[in-house]
Amino acid sequence: MDNVTTHGSVAHDHAHHDELGFWRKYVFSVDHKVIGIQYAVTSLLFLLFGFALMMVMRWQLAYPGRAIPLIGPWLGQDRAPMGIMLPEFYNQLGAMHGTIMIFLGVVPLAVGGFGNFVMPLQIGAPDMAFPKLNMVSYWVYVIGGVTMLASFFQMGGAAQSGWTSYPPLADIAPGQTMWLIGMVFLITSSLLGSVNFIVTIVQLRAKGLTWMRLPFFVWAQLVTAFLLLLAFPPLEAAGVLQLMDRLAGTSFFLPSGLVVSGKALPVSGGGNPVLWQHLFWFLAHPEVYVLILPGMGIVAEVIANNTRKPLWGYKALVYSAAFLGFMSFIVWAHHMFMTGMGTTMSAFFQTTTMIISIPSVVILTALLLSLWGASIRFTTPMLFALAFLPMFAIGGLTGLPLGLAPSDIHLHDTYYVIGHFHYVVAPGTIFALFAGIYYWFPKATGKKMNDMLGQIHFWGSFVCMNVVFMPMFIQGLGGMNRRMYDGGMQYAHNATLLKWNVVISLAAWGLAVFQIPFIINFFASIRGGKAAEGNPWEATTLEWLAPSPPGHGNFLTEPVVYRGPYEYSVPGAAKDFTPQFEA
Amino acid sequence: MHSDPAANVKKSVRSYITVFVMLMIFTVITVAASRFHLAVPVGITVALIIALMKGSMVAGVFMHLSHEKQWIYGVLLLTVVFFIVLMLVPVFTVMDSTGTAIQAAAAGRGGH
Amino acid sequence: MEIPYIVHARPDTGLTNSKLGIWLFLASEVMLFGALFSTYIILRMGVPEWPHGELDVVLGTINTIILISSSVTMVMAWASLKLNEWGKHRLYLTATFALSAIFLVIKYFEYASHFASGEGPWHSTFLAIYFTLTGLHGLHILGGMVVMAYFLGPGATLHKRNPEQFANRIEATGLYWHFVDLVWIFLFPVLYLL
Repeated sequence: MDNVTTHGSVAHDHAHHDELGFWRKYVFSVDHKVIGIQYAVTSLLFLLFGFALMMVMRWQLAYPGRAIPLIGPWLGQDRAPMGIMLPEFYNQLGAMHGTIMIFLGVVPLAVGGFGNFVMPLQIGAPDMAFPKLNMVSYWVYVIGGVTMLASFFQMGGAAQSGWTSYPPLADIAPGQTMWLIGMVFLITSSLLGSVNFIVTIVQLRAKGLTWMRLPFFVWAQLVTAFLLLLAFPPLEAAGVLQLMDRLAGTSFFLPSGLVVSGKALPVSGGGNPVLWQHLFWFLAHPEVYVLILPGMGIVAEVIANNTRKPLWGYKALVYSAAFLGFMSFIVWAHHMFMTGMGTTMSAFFQTTTMIISIPSVVILTALLLSLWGASIRFTTPMLFALAFLPMFAIGGLTGLPLGLAPSDIHLHDTYYVIGHFHYVVAPGTIFALFAGIYYWFPKATGKKMNDMLGQIHFWGSFVCMNVVFMPMFIQGLGGMNRRMYDGGMQYAHNATLLKWNVVISLAAWGLAVFQIPFIINFFASIRGGKAAEGNPWEATTLEWLAPSPPGHGNFLTEPVVYRGPYEYSVPGAAKDFTPQFEA
Repeated sequence: MHSDPAANVKKSVRSYITVFVMLMIFTVITVAASRFHLAVPVGITVALIIALMKGSMVAGVFMHLSHEKQWIYGVLLLTVVFFIVLMLVPVFTVMDSTGTAIQAAAAGRGGH
Repeated sequence: MEIPYIVHARPDTGLTNSKLGIWLFLASEVMLFGALFSTYIILRMGVPEWPHGELDVVLGTINTIILISSSVTMVMAWASLKLNEWGKHRLYLTATFALSAIFLVIKYFEYASHFASGEGPWHSTFLAIYFTLTGLHGLHILGGMVVMAYFLGPGATLHKRNPEQFANRIEATGLYWHFVDLVWIFLFPVLYLL
């Protein structure tokens, strides 16, 4: 019928649902919860794979020219003759590590996984606005991912021009065509998903759930969806242009007079390599806010719940997230200060970049101030959420000298940059995602994860992450360039910095070891974990009203919202939390 | 729009025909204007103004944008702002470059 | 719980899900074509001489008239539905489909003549951006035709089950189609006349 939801339709829905066969129920499901879990599991596998690529790279960086143990012999003559990594293979590992982590790992987990599973529950909706479109989004993502993986097996190997794919190199280097085709699939998946997210949040909020009563996680997903919607298309266009350069002989990005291996390229010329950079970074800068915003949303939820008090500065958080999203569209060329940019445009981008740090700081400050006077419960999700704060702070602060052109001249393309962005994404976002997994696992599975294993996972990861990425600032300040397959050995000025490569590699392998308790915990708890009731964390937001796990249609009766999202420790209340959904 | 009574739709039909005629006229004008060999900046301005007029008629009348809801206007406003940024900022940045660009002998042609 | 606001608008936003959805999609398409227009600007500024007279203005003008006409027939297809004139709706929708096909045929002839003289997108940055812009636009026309064929074919059964939902879907299709027309309104002068 029309907009009046039908009570007691659960029986009808269950009957209908039981008629679905295995394929419709678990593989081609249109249920946002199933799709969310599909995204989560797929992306976690990609994260593991992307991490594995890095661990192989770290061997070459620590011990350049030494045969890779265990897997060296299996890599083949084209990649590692006699087990020793070829520079071309190192470059493939580098380009694919970045691509896989960002586009197949973090964003699909943060948005596709958490966004899909949690957001409709948090707004009291029965599902996403367009469930079939949601299913299509997931499977197009899978096709894109398989394309990316398959690219390793083509002649010439996978893409090897950095995840940034700058022409002229990317126009002529091997492996790039499949990368571009994979990106077209991934971008399409993302666009369809972002339409779905925005319409769902705008249209399907439950009765009483006004904008300023939304959990911050939902605001974060809304802003993120707008970033994906409006920033991705230029990269899709750029991808088509680079495909044209590679396949149709065009010169969109090839300048006139380009000479390759002593011969002039037989193309029309007249193109501009910097054009690619503009179109690429027009997406890739908002993309970094896509990487961080959902994480901030998760941290906000976990902190509110584990401090037993309302978040400090809810309005400031919301306005900052919106302002951050807007500003993210006009800072991109701070990645391009070294392209011969004049002082006028350089000043413009430095200014916008400095301005954009303000909302980030406001968000971080609000989350920090939320801890003041709190009764902190040091649960596993809270440990990760707490660690996020100083880790994101380090990542953010180290971004400032990169956003200012004079200092960027020295730091651009050095390990300092790698340290900066990894701090934000690895002990930043990925820690937030871990917090989310531990936090929402009971809702999704009806079981609790083991807290002891969680603590081991946390402390081991926290220490190793810092030992991996902190020395990179030292290396970068010392002038060590990124993307060097020998770890910088060929440059005299790197001599004193090389020892850090060994330290970093050992810590990276240590980091891998500490993920084992997590993986064991994750799978073992699905079967053998302690049973969790509907609201094991005693939380206030709507998702905790649904059963654990929620059934088809999510809520047994249509939810109604009576108050804001973080009514913890309300004076005079019987318990230390007053859920949104309680009359 | 679903709640439009038949009379409203009939009125709209008249406006659709009017717009159709206007679009044809403007198409003729824009082709005719191109015959005048105006200086490039003038020619571009004229062409864009005519295109904008045609576009706003299509958007306002055919796409019913002249009486749409706030949310749609908001999304489109945001889009237009970023569209303008995408049109202007890359070319400003390229124009503001330091150093001397290498000019090829065959401009925009040759090769294949 | 059923998903609400598929047929009737949500009171506070005044929108149906599909109305908001299609406009959001069109917003992303603005950015997609925007990137290509930005490319055009930079490429044109990058060469001292930009080619002229390489495209057939007559054919381009004819195609412009065809596409604008198809936009009118499309909106009339929706209007007929609102006026409960099923026969007229089918006629207008078929006309829109036919006009789109003619547009593509003319485009095919234009492309063919370029390739016949060995001048494909590789020949100059002008032809490169011409083929890419019109090619992507052409793909969008093809996509629209697929959707129209669906609503002329199997999709038309929704009209019997839920005429209001069917009308909403035709409206969404129309919005997409007018956008495709809108892009051409800018493409034509930029590529053919300037």
